[in-house]
Amino acid sequence: MTSLFEYAPAPESRSIVTIAPSYGLFIDGEFVDGTGESFPTINPATEEVLTEVSAGSEADVDRAVRAARRAFEKTWGPMRPADRGKYLFRIARLLQERAREFAVLESLDNGKPIRESRDVDVPLAAAHFFYYAGWADKLEHVGLGTQPRPLGVAGQVIPWNFPLMMLAWKVAPALAAGNTVVLKPAETTPLTALLFAEICRQADLPAGVVNIVTGAGDTGRAVVEHADVDKVAFTGSTDVGRSIARAVAGTRKKLTLELGGKAANIVFDDAPIDQAVEGIVQGIFFNQGHVCCAGSRLLVQESIHDEVVASLQRRIGTLRVGDPLDKNTDIGAINSREQLERIRELSDIGEAEGAQRWQPAGELPERGFWFPPTVFTDVSSAHRIARDEVFGPVLSVLTFRTPDEAVAKANNSTYGLSAGIWSEKGSRILKIASHLRAGVVWANTFNKFDPTSPFGGYKQSGYGREGGRHGLAAYLTGADSK
Amino acid sequence: MIGNDRLAVRKTYKLYVNGAFPRSESGRTYEVTDAKGHFLANAAEASRKDARDAVVAARGAFAKWSGATAYNRGQVLYRVAEVMEGRHVQFCEEVAAGEGLSASKARAAVDAAIDRWVWYAGWTDKLAAVLGGANPVAGPYFDFSTPEPTGVVAVLAPQQSSLLGLVSVLAPVLATGNTAVVVTSKERPLPAVTLGEVLATSDVPGGVVNLLTGDAGELGTWLAEHADVDAIDLTGAPSHRAMEFEREAAGTIKRVLRPPVTEPDWTADPGLARMTPFLETKTVWHPIGL
Amino acid sequence: MAGMTHVLDPDALSDDARALSVPLPPYRDVTRSDSAFRAFLHGLPGVDQVGAEARVAQLGSRSIKTTSKAWAIDTAISMVDLTTLEGADTPGKVRSLAAKAKSPDPTDPTCPRVAAVCVYGDLAGVAREALGDSGVHVAAVATAFPSGRASRAVKLADVRDAVQNGADEIDMVIDRGAFLSGRYLEVYEEIVAVKEACGDAHLKVILETGELVTLDNVRRASWIAMLAGGDFIKTSTGKVSPAATLPVGLVMLEAVRDFRAATGRQIGFKPAGGIRTTKDAIKHLVLINETVGPDWLHADWFRFGASSLLNDLLLQRQKLRTGHYSGPDYVSVD
Repeated sequence: MTSLFEYAPAPESRSIVTIAPSYGLFIDGEFVDGTGESFPTINPATEEVLTEVSAGSEADVDRAVRAARRAFEKTWGPMRPADRGKYLFRIARLLQERAREFAVLESLDNGKPIRESRDVDVPLAAAHFFYYAGWADKLEHVGLGTQPRPLGVAGQVIPWNFPLMMLAWKVAPALAAGNTVVLKPAETTPLTALLFAEICRQADLPAGVVNIVTGAGDTGRAVVEHADVDKVAFTGSTDVGRSIARAVAGTRKKLTLELGGKAANIVFDDAPIDQAVEGIVQGIFFNQGHVCCAGSRLLVQESIHDEVVASLQRRIGTLRVGDPLDKNTDIGAINSREQLERIRELSDIGEAEGAQRWQPAGELPERGFWFPPTVFTDVSSAHRIARDEVFGPVLSVLTFRTPDEAVAKANNSTYGLSAGIWSEKGSRILKIASHLRAGVVWANTFNKFDPTSPFGGYKQSGYGREGGRHGLAAYLTGADSK
Repeated sequence: MIGNDRLAVRKTYKLYVNGAFPRSESGRTYEVTDAKGHFLANAAEASRKDARDAVVAARGAFAKWSGATAYNRGQVLYRVAEVMEGRHVQFCEEVAAGEGLSASKARAAVDAAIDRWVWYAGWTDKLAAVLGGANPVAGPYFDFSTPEPTGVVAVLAPQQSSLLGLVSVLAPVLATGNTAVVVTSKERPLPAVTLGEVLATSDVPGGVVNLLTGDAGELGTWLAEHADVDAIDLTGAPSHRAMEFEREAAGTIKRVLRPPVTEPDWTADPGLARMTPFLETKTVWHPIGL
Repeated sequence: MAGMTHVLDPDALSDDARALSVPLPPYRDVTRSDSAFRAFLHGLPGVDQVGAEARVAQLGSRSIKTTSKAWAIDTAISMVDLTTLEGADTPGKVRSLAAKAKSPDPTDPTCPRVAAVCVYGDLAGVAREALGDSGVHVAAVATAFPSGRASRAVKLADVRDAVQNGADEIDMVIDRGAFLSGRYLEVYEEIVAVKEACGDAHLKVILETGELVTLDNVRRASWIAMLAGGDFIKTSTGKVSPAATLPVGLVMLEAVRDFRAATGRQIGFKPAGGIRTTKDAIKHLVLINETVGPDWLHADWFRFGASSLLNDLLLQRQKLRTGHYSGPDYVSVD
């Protein structure tokens, strides 16, 4: 259906960002040359090389950890807690001041729509720093006794789906608790972390408190395995999480893991249908489905299956796929060729296993990595698209008949990160929510995040929580904690 | 009156699995002696299959135990302390014999164990208030977090402190709503078996606690690798095996409570540190509108 | 004979109206009793207010620029029901409004005319005369607008009077009192009666959503109006705040969408009250575009009830045409 009302291109200007031809590592308050190879980072929407970044070597990581240790012992550790808080408030404000720049850079490097980087990623990153800034001088109220202590040097490895936001989720609580950090951004999305280094400089954050070492898996491994790291925080795949848990076994390192998911989004026949359809769309197509808590398994009551699927398809038909920098884009580019291939492979398996693939009509750009919003119907719990995390814009639709069956199917997963419930009946929502083995349950909403709200998984979705008072516990030790 | 020449009826010490007292399916037993090396009993030596059965029992009991009200769980646990009190003399004799303690020290340990149990019984209906709460999110949503039990917890109980240590690691697992598969002290298992009898005659549903006498080094591997175990407490693991168990536990992202370097002073205030590792935080969002 | 009924009870429905009062299939039996109608209306899916607000907020962030903005402005102008509903309205005021309606921007013949002039019923004749065969419709508010608090006989007389005066569109108000006290069938029957009294005139049914308060009520009232044969559903009188909010618009558009899907009959939508700027108007056009699609992007199916909106649309139009910002002296004061 071609519209009378075609929206003219409305691109956000990229002139607000300046990308250097190459970047070093941010260690001890300075940008320094890495000793490893450089590698390109590209714009996944165009495959254009944006710049070259350094692959941090073991020696580079060691340098960063030593800088972090010095800062922990000499400046950040001994500092008055209120002053630590003030630095974090400064960072929050600087992120707000340069929000547009961060949003554009994030969309360029990641491929996500500017609407999301502008309205979700960057504001939430700033909010996280603002929230934890206030905790810095109130740690005795966290619930870990009257004298909780920081752990020391935190090694943090973050994913490519929310590069700046994940940085904030890791760095803000770590610093508020009095730790120093060595952060390894994802291989494909290092740029906002490097711009964040500039924010640290503008904030006059003491040298070594935040160190950013770019690179791929080897660099991450060096961070995790470094003997002088006291705390490891990782967000990413369950496979890597497992290997990290193995690597820190037998050490003193405290570990938190935020891993994969295969969330059930349960729609009952008494749901507010239009909002449920909207929530299903938000749940799976937000950020191209590159979301660990994505509502990738739609569990819809059998009596309304056809109605919901029809509404969903109509709604998906209005999604605008294309240029991430266009302010009207709803679905941007897949972050990498590798991820695109995984999404294709799992979708092909879905079809081969007998599920029905539906995709809206529409052209995709020729260059870059693209995958259209996709709905699989006739999916059974045994299909791989109902069990494996696709991490892309692919929804599997399953049905249930009774609340018990909905819960049983929802919990039938090795993951347990999030879940959704749609119903107008309050008592049912609370009952189902209490039976779901998932760390975050969104009832009549989906994919909402807030710095005050603990986030994290059950089962193989990981352990530890980010956000809220709980998020600080991961970076402190006290009489009551191990 | 029974004269001193009466021949005592001895107890057969067995496993406690799913509310019953089976022998090890392997048929194995091992000799338990007192601190001086005198024979006390033959204990059942639990095997891999016993561990497997215990996990099945614990999983089966989880829904009911975790779904009980906190008040109910508190009363059930308190009842355990009441029944323990009735077995005070027996516990004292077993602790004194197994740990080589004087009567007064054994009595102190048993007193502390019962009191510890009462302390944890009182926690069941306070945890949500202390560890959960409402989160003031920046939007029209009611958002709250509550602690929930992790699931099936494998506990390698302390090797030295046969009752106070056991209670100190088991009660927090139960108070938080988890079910437990416990490998008791290998050399000092008798108070654990008696505790099993206490549990069986109190109101704790079968399967909530499963006690395996035997070797933590042998059984630890099976429990650490078991995909249906959600968490493992390595307190009583042989020190040279703990790292290996932690690695094995990583295979299914189990929550791991690492062992202390040396067995701690169990009389110290435990705080929350043995409950929070076996709790998940669940956060629920709901819109606020008309 | 239809006439006989009226002799016995002037408020009763004529036989024709009774025939008309049977809703379209598949809803023929929902008005068979008070309890059946109530069960039907309360069985409609609920509306989550926060979700609806989030959806319109997201649509409100659409960026409509250059050619699409030019198209949107002209389309919006062509959809305006240019309105004056003041106690102080005079024939002179209405003639002046009619002149503006026919030729909103006298300096630019490419500027489209508006859809209708909307007045009180007693001035419909003045408007009809002033608009002649321009194609601009004459809309009159009726049924004891804005409160609707009068006997049914008075309301129907009000409608017939306006039609007789030359109105070809009637904007009625529903009985909110009856609605809020749960007398849904009464609300329904009154709309049916008004529809009959309209004759050939198109009927817009004003829900006065500001008094219905909840979006669940907005959805139910929309369905009552559509089942009763209204041609348009309209948000507000403009006399009660809040009036045409975007969440209300979303829910009413979902209602017309679902009604057409079920019955095949397309109903129009008219937000009225509080839409003053081009930005507001474009947000509504985006809302239509992405909720019900282009079938509704025409003055036959969508209207803006507004008075000051037109001048802002004209200012923005001039800005797009000339490239510089215009000022209030360059559009007419009505």
